[in-house]
Amino acid sequence: MTHIEKPRVHHPALEQNELGLTRRDYEGRMSTLCAGCGHDSVTAAIIETFWKLSVPPHRVAKLSGIGCSAKTPTYFVKEAHGFNAVHGRMPSLVTGGNAANRDLVYIGISGDGDSLSIGLGQLCHAIRRNVDMLYVLENNGVYGLTKGQFSASADVGSVAKTGEVNRQRPIDPVLLALSLGASFVARGFSGDKAQLVPILEAGLRHRGLALVDVISPCVTFNDHEGSTKSYRYTREHEVEAVEADFVPLRRELTAEYEAGDVREVAMHDGSVVRFRKVPAHYDPTDRDAAYAYVRGRQEAGEVPTGLLHLDPTGQDMHRALGTVETPLVDLPFEALCPGRDKLAEILAAFR
Amino acid sequence: MRPTDVSDPQYFHRVVDCQWACPAHTNVPEYIRLIAAGRYTEAYMLNRKSNVFPGILGRTCDRPCEPACRRTRIDGEPVAICRLKRVAADLRGEVDGLLPAIPDEKNGRRIACVGAGPASLTVANDLLPLGYQVTIFEKLQRPGGLMWTNIPEFRLPGRVLWEEIDHILDMGVDLRLGAPVQSLAGLLEGDMGGPFKAVFLGSGAPKGKELELPGRHDTDRIHIGIEWLEAVRFGHVDTVGDRVLVIGVGNTAMDCCRTAMRLGASDVKVMARKSREHFKASPWELEDAEGEGVQIVENHAPSRYLVEDGKLVGMDFELATWHPGPDGRLKKETHGSTTIPCDEVILAIGQDNAFPWIERDIGIEFGEWDMPVVDRTTFQTTRPGVFAGGDAAWGPENIIWAVEHGHQAAISIHSYCEGRPLDERPSYGQNLISEKMGLHEWSYSNDYDEAERARMRYADLERRRAHLDLEAELGFDYDQTLQEVERCLNCDVQTYFTRELCIECDACVDVCPLSCLTITADGPEVELRGRLTVPALNLDEPLYVSDDLPQTGRLMIKDEDLCIHCGLCAERCPTAAWDMRRSDLLIPYAGLDAGEARPARGMPAEVA
Repeated sequence: MTHIEKPRVHHPALEQNELGLTRRDYEGRMSTLCAGCGHDSVTAAIIETFWKLSVPPHRVAKLSGIGCSAKTPTYFVKEAHGFNAVHGRMPSLVTGGNAANRDLVYIGISGDGDSLSIGLGQLCHAIRRNVDMLYVLENNGVYGLTKGQFSASADVGSVAKTGEVNRQRPIDPVLLALSLGASFVARGFSGDKAQLVPILEAGLRHRGLALVDVISPCVTFNDHEGSTKSYRYTREHEVEAVEADFVPLRRELTAEYEAGDVREVAMHDGSVVRFRKVPAHYDPTDRDAAYAYVRGRQEAGEVPTGLLHLDPTGQDMHRALGTVETPLVDLPFEALCPGRDKLAEILAAFR
Repeated sequence: MRPTDVSDPQYFHRVVDCQWACPAHTNVPEYIRLIAAGRYTEAYMLNRKSNVFPGILGRTCDRPCEPACRRTRIDGEPVAICRLKRVAADLRGEVDGLLPAIPDEKNGRRIACVGAGPASLTVANDLLPLGYQVTIFEKLQRPGGLMWTNIPEFRLPGRVLWEEIDHILDMGVDLRLGAPVQSLAGLLEGDMGGPFKAVFLGSGAPKGKELELPGRHDTDRIHIGIEWLEAVRFGHVDTVGDRVLVIGVGNTAMDCCRTAMRLGASDVKVMARKSREHFKASPWELEDAEGEGVQIVENHAPSRYLVEDGKLVGMDFELATWHPGPDGRLKKETHGSTTIPCDEVILAIGQDNAFPWIERDIGIEFGEWDMPVVDRTTFQTTRPGVFAGGDAAWGPENIIWAVEHGHQAAISIHSYCEGRPLDERPSYGQNLISEKMGLHEWSYSNDYDEAERARMRYADLERRRAHLDLEAELGFDYDQTLQEVERCLNCDVQTYFTRELCIECDACVDVCPLSCLTITADGPEVELRGRLTVPALNLDEPLYVSDDLPQTGRLMIKDEDLCIHCGLCAERCPTAAWDMRRSDLLIPYAGLDAGEARPARGMPAEVA
């Protein structure tokens, strides 16, 4: 941590978004994570994403569980609604919040401990319900807050800082999400914002759960020789499976690429994800093909990154439940709770 | 791009905008920190090392440092550097024992200086500690040059002026007052004592410019500004007419109009040919004059003096506006004329040099404007052994330039006497010292203070008008000083990058409040500047470029322009690839290598 707050003074030429805000207006408090933590770069990418999409800060709900990752929401969009949940229970709180007020923009921040150990069931059910949210999983392969024990995402053969070698098979959040039928699955790296920001933008605009697994090195306990989640290892083994551009609704589409090189997928709100350099025999909109591709690359010792699977046709929780368009919090009490006579009427219908 | 070579002392020097802009390269941030720590005497002595007259300059400097101050680019107003210098001078303790020791045994070399102004005094200041004997010839009855005759006492109190001049005279200057040099040939031939190994011309630009218009010589109520100020200083003039016109709008004009207010004039107008954006006077001097009730009239070009029956009654002016012509120069457009009544006119439209006392056949070549040709590096004229500096060299500048000329001329004179080539200048050095004190602690005040620039306090206006010698500015009080020192961004505490340690985690890039940092691929500078985190459009400020980074081969690039030196990049760096290091520019002086200190008087002999 630092002993001064980041001074408010900023570069006079900072660009403003449609709301007249600069990136600095989307910041939060000063980080108290270790210097060099990947999570701080993820924070910076999230700030960039919200700024670029001109999201009104007070319309954001940011939630987290327990762990280093859980501290992250404090460091961005200070005007947002925030909730720090019990360990692993962030998905349930987002589900509840989203059920009550579907108009807010939900971002949940979790880690490999929070999501793949204690909260694994929560993650699975949030995917199953397809809650409309951006789910960022800051993945560093260790329990940093308790001094660097292996987490459930540690690779076989990965060496801990203490010298111990991991022998247990990891749970891979990308393969897990694909097998559960997630409609948006991506993997990024905290050290590559050029790739991460468009993924986060698309994830925020996706209607349904967008899972973004971000390799986010633990600079204190997992950035050494023998680690498979260090800055250096990730840079050496990362393979950008697809390059995805996010083109927001209001920006004009300009044809920069030859037809055939580019595959465009429309999102619910009319914005477009543009896939570039997709390898042969790999279709990011085909879940089985995505699974096979990611599995194959990982078996070959690579870390495939990019927007790996996108299914814009999936139904999010509200559509599946057939709820009204108006957020429940905005309905008059009489409509939400029509009273004893209405209940009697409904019950009578079952007799 | 080529990686930046920070082992060249001039790179980090350039980042310290104030020091870079100061002709004498005074270490401003360091003395401001000393003031912040209440160490006024040390702050004063640090100033004295480079600018020799801290108390005088703390009141009268033209402040090239302030427009350059990085703070101006951050919040619009520079740190009040000059006024802080005055704080150090006002609150310092005894410095006699800290002044340079003068050897009892002389080196047998005698040097003559012409004129006892700041340039000659600086030459003496630098050469006397080396054992030289310095004789200064001054035509007036007191030393100081224009510092005394032309800067009114309400801006520069006599006690401050004489004390700092005495610091030098007391080193053993052989001062000849009332001794004008009538013939340089004679001086060189030994008519005025000697023989002298070298001669330094520091005689200033003592001739005020004339404005020949009809009526100029029909009255005795028209004066040349600098002569009039001199007469006031001598006490020959102690009254002035009720309505005074000052012609010209430079700093001398400001001194003239404010002096006229104090001598009893009730209506003082400064008449400017052009509009305000073309004024030569420093903005703060204009502000001070207007604050004392002087009226500044723009776009009035003088055309004649009106004298009736031998009595000055007014002046005619053309009403003018100025527009750039096809060659880019301003062209006057006249829109009629006007008469402004007055009882006295003071001409302050510039100064000229005058060298009637230098023979043209003694090997000193004269060039443009009838000025001696002086080498910009060595300060030597075309006659070996004759040097020049201050206003005598290239026309009117200000005190701080004269001081720097004195330092450089002293280096040359020393080399000349030792038989070394003059154009081999001694090199600068630098010390780089980490300011890290603990995990998250620095030995300087790194937080950004949002305080606005402190406003000067002035003596009561009525009292100012009543007392010619009452200092107008009161200086900063304790609270103002405390506030102002914190505005300094400590630009000399440099962000120092060690490429080998960088793991490219982006922490520094993300935390930088001024968006100075970028990690990106190499490219030509112009193109690179355009794709930084925020495009680097101020080409006056350098980019700090690393060599290839270990993991990706990209470059770490810092735009120095708006860095507030808060140290957050270094605090958030997990590997200490960024560090905050204080760069101390080591400046060579006559007989001293860069960084070497002169033994002080108060030092015991064995230490000295």
